[in-house]
Amino acid sequence: MRKLLLLVLVLITGVVFAGRLFYLQVYDTSFQKLSENNAIKIQYDYPQRGYIFDRNGDLLVSNQPSYDVMVIPRDVEPFDTLEFSGLLKMTVEDLSESLEKAKTYSPRLPSVVIPQLTKAEYASLSEKMHKFKGFYIQKRSLRDYQINHSANVLGYIAEADNKIIEKNPYYQMGDLLGKQGIEMQYEEILRGVKGVKYIQKDRFNREIGPYKDGIYDTLPERGKDITLTIDGVLQSYGEELMVNKRGGIVALEPATGEILALVAAPNYDPALLVGRERSKNFTKLWYDTISKPLFDRVLQGEYPPGSPFKALTALIGLQENVIDTEETIYCAGGYRYGRNRKLGCHAHRSPLAMQAGIANSCNAYFCTVYRRIIEKYPTPQEGIDNWRAHLLSFGMGDYMGYDLPSGRPGKIPSSETYNAIYQYPTYKWYAPATISNAIGQGEVLLTPMQMVNFTAAIANRGWYYKPHIIKNIGGVDTIPSIYKQKFQTTIDPEYFDPVIDGLYDVYNYGTASHLQIPGIEICGKTGTAENYTRVNGERMQLTDHSVFVAFAPKDDPKIAIAVFVENGYWGSRWAGRIASLMIEKYLKGEITRTDLEHFILNGSLEEEYAKPYSGEPFLINQ
Amino acid sequence: MTGNRGFVKLDWLTIFLYFALVGIGWINIYSASLDDSATSFFDFSQVYFKQLVWICLSLVLIIFILAIEAKFYERFSSIIYLVSLASLLGLFVLGKNINGATSWYVLGGFSIQPAEFAKAATALALGKYIGDMQTNIKEFKHQLRAFVIIALPALFIIPQPDPGSALVYAAFIFPMYREGLHYVYLLLGFFLAALFISTLAFGVVWVSVGILAITALIYFKNRKKKKTKAVNYIMAAAVCIAFVFSVQYIFNNVFEQRHRDRFNIVLGKETDSKGIGYNTNQSEIAIGSGGWTGKGWTQGTQTKGNFVPEQQTDYIFSTVGEEWGFLGSMVVVILFLALIVRVLVLAERQKNQFGRVYGYSVGAILFVHFFVNIGMTTGLLPTVGIPLPFFSYGGSGLWGFTILLFILIRLDASNSYYT
Repeated sequence: MRKLLLLVLVLITGVVFAGRLFYLQVYDTSFQKLSENNAIKIQYDYPQRGYIFDRNGDLLVSNQPSYDVMVIPRDVEPFDTLEFSGLLKMTVEDLSESLEKAKTYSPRLPSVVIPQLTKAEYASLSEKMHKFKGFYIQKRSLRDYQINHSANVLGYIAEADNKIIEKNPYYQMGDLLGKQGIEMQYEEILRGVKGVKYIQKDRFNREIGPYKDGIYDTLPERGKDITLTIDGVLQSYGEELMVNKRGGIVALEPATGEILALVAAPNYDPALLVGRERSKNFTKLWYDTISKPLFDRVLQGEYPPGSPFKALTALIGLQENVIDTEETIYCAGGYRYGRNRKLGCHAHRSPLAMQAGIANSCNAYFCTVYRRIIEKYPTPQEGIDNWRAHLLSFGMGDYMGYDLPSGRPGKIPSSETYNAIYQYPTYKWYAPATISNAIGQGEVLLTPMQMVNFTAAIANRGWYYKPHIIKNIGGVDTIPSIYKQKFQTTIDPEYFDPVIDGLYDVYNYGTASHLQIPGIEICGKTGTAENYTRVNGERMQLTDHSVFVAFAPKDDPKIAIAVFVENGYWGSRWAGRIASLMIEKYLKGEITRTDLEHFILNGSLEEEYAKPYSGEPFLINQ
Repeated sequence: MTGNRGFVKLDWLTIFLYFALVGIGWINIYSASLDDSATSFFDFSQVYFKQLVWICLSLVLIIFILAIEAKFYERFSSIIYLVSLASLLGLFVLGKNINGATSWYVLGGFSIQPAEFAKAATALALGKYIGDMQTNIKEFKHQLRAFVIIALPALFIIPQPDPGSALVYAAFIFPMYREGLHYVYLLLGFFLAALFISTLAFGVVWVSVGILAITALIYFKNRKKKKTKAVNYIMAAAVCIAFVFSVQYIFNNVFEQRHRDRFNIVLGKETDSKGIGYNTNQSEIAIGSGGWTGKGWTQGTQTKGNFVPEQQTDYIFSTVGEEWGFLGSMVVVILFLALIVRVLVLAERQKNQFGRVYGYSVGAILFVHFFVNIGMTTGLLPTVGIPLPFFSYGGSGLWGFTILLFILIRLDASNSYYT
């Protein structure tokens, strides 16, 4: 019996297969017919992409029809290449090259010959398409921009490339998908689901109706509309203010974490990346390596924050109980440490307590507080890591988790950073070696988005919502739950008021006193950040970055803002003014200080930006 | 010299069947892979030419295998097995991902799939273990060790992921049964495999309902009998359902998406990008349109139109069916039956247990491939991506089966006359 089991199974299998083959090949003759009518053509039905609205319900982006010329290389029959290339307005060489490319991709699947024809081009071509077997026109919908701003926020759509097609089988050659910005982040919501029709063809390539009566066909599903938290008016105004400057503005509503404006400068008109000129324009933007319009400075730029960071030093000092609001600290034109080393300060009265220290941005005050924070612990390593933990609770030192696909983590140094720099334990290091951190220089790097987030956390007295740009999807209040979750900082609420009073005095009598807006109580902080670049491999110092963070009104804040102007010199010169105008625009709806507005709109820093590339020696901080 | 006289005593019938299958296989690969892009016959980028090179190289391989002393295979079986396991493990580090599975080493222009060679190595190791004087396969402890020998390579192959190739290892239950394993294992094995596959194919709910219905049926049929206790039936059903749920849980939560995709493809849930059960349907149409005598070599419209995906590899039999018709298909089926039966005869006439276990393993492996592959192409079984031995395109597959078969021929040649 044991010998026979496998043998019997083998023989039974043989009999079963013989029976099955007889049934398929001899008994049932329907397969001959089926094999004659076997080719299946797949037709896709692309749904409309969802619209995008701003927080006021204004339409930002809608759609326009567009037509792609497609080819299935296997079905192509000899044709008049000269006539066809003439119709398509391309050279014979380009045409044969794109056919060759289509063949390499797949002889059986459709590829794009010419993307995005206009309606007029489509009309003249469609009458003659029947002459060219294997080619057909696929209708799609393209973006139609109602505005000329927010390109960095919206992103753009482009054809799926091979990499994407391999990774996600939903996409085929010629399909469009969102790249960057909102279009990429909410791609699946905006695009909807394409419909498929299977059409039966016979072996002479004639269509004979839906395959299996259409049971596998699906209907397209329209993409959902989304509403952004962006205020179109404020965003557009911010972009106007930033013309001829580089940097960014980001504004939040502190109570919700909603992003009101996200301006990166220089920017470009989103309509440039639609239609047949798309690739030409894209190349131009891509190769502008000096002003980098595709580089989102608000999300991807990592800058030393400068003086606004002092507010955090003060908060951590209070929380760690190494200073109180009464104690005054002397400043003799700077902070002395080590052997004859001094971190300079500007002229102001002395000694100062916390509130005045913030208002006057006294370096000596914050260096003293910082050193006490670090030296409170037995080793500087523990001190730094404790200081760092406070900062991380403000959303620094890591990607923030907002709903836009680009970003940088910034940098908050840890004990490991300095152990590596100073080759610990061969050499030891102490708090003074890291003293620049006190005033937001040194190893600290933040993105403007991180700066506005800590400003909002201060405005809220100790908590924040993750910044986000989605307000709702498809008209229903359905944003991801992470954006409804309150994040607490490690600083107790009672420590915020003295710091906020200091920030208020910055406008009241301090470094931004000339930027007051009548009737609005603003809290803010100027910053002037030293920076360096490399031109042709040579390290050189450039004019300081102009930095400003603010929120208003002081009680019940409606807007928190961070402005960053590259090489704009001191904080209130450019960034402070821009922030002041943005706040007024948002809270009052109009600008009363037209002189100030005029100055900013016409001001240009292009000369400043040209300096390092001039090849000649130049002066900075003029 | 034993070598010379052994050569004369080779089992020429098996060798004839081997060459018949390889030859017919190549003729069909030629037809299935022929397209307009070939510049000449000697075009190395063409699939059929590559396969021809592999076939020629396997002649060298055969001479090599036959030249080695038969004792070598038994003596070095453990080392061969360990090397084979190492090559499977090495894939996790050095393997290259082709079509979603990390099953290949790429050396120069060639890709080698170690899973194809692991079958022969496992057969040798199993033969050596069971053939050992001290092993008694009726003892649980020894059964367990034998199962470990079989399961290790399968466990390394599953996460590549290549569940189809791992499934083949079920074939080793046959040599173990032949050597005295209790038949309950066979039943249990079939039962669990059926549960596993039906869970993935139909989902937990339906399978659980099925289990409950069947247990209830058996219970009501038997309840008059003395020993029938409802508790036992409930327990049995509960164990089965727990198994089903754990299969589902592992599938959904432990596996990654790429593993799931691969399983779904194997189970025909995502047979192709069109998602309309296309492969099997096309394969059936191709075979069915062949009629009595077929459309003639290289004349198949299905084959020419590239309607059947993977036609040179897993679906090569559909080319046979279309171009050679019922008569041609039956010739192939009979050749396979003859080869497997002959291998079983060779296995039975081995004088030592090692040879017999090895021979049975060869027969069982060939049978599982034949059964699953032709069952799939004719639409009798769900889609499981494993090749048809000697037929399907692929150098590693051809070499793997060649080694498997010719080691048996070598053992048989020395065994029959010199032990």
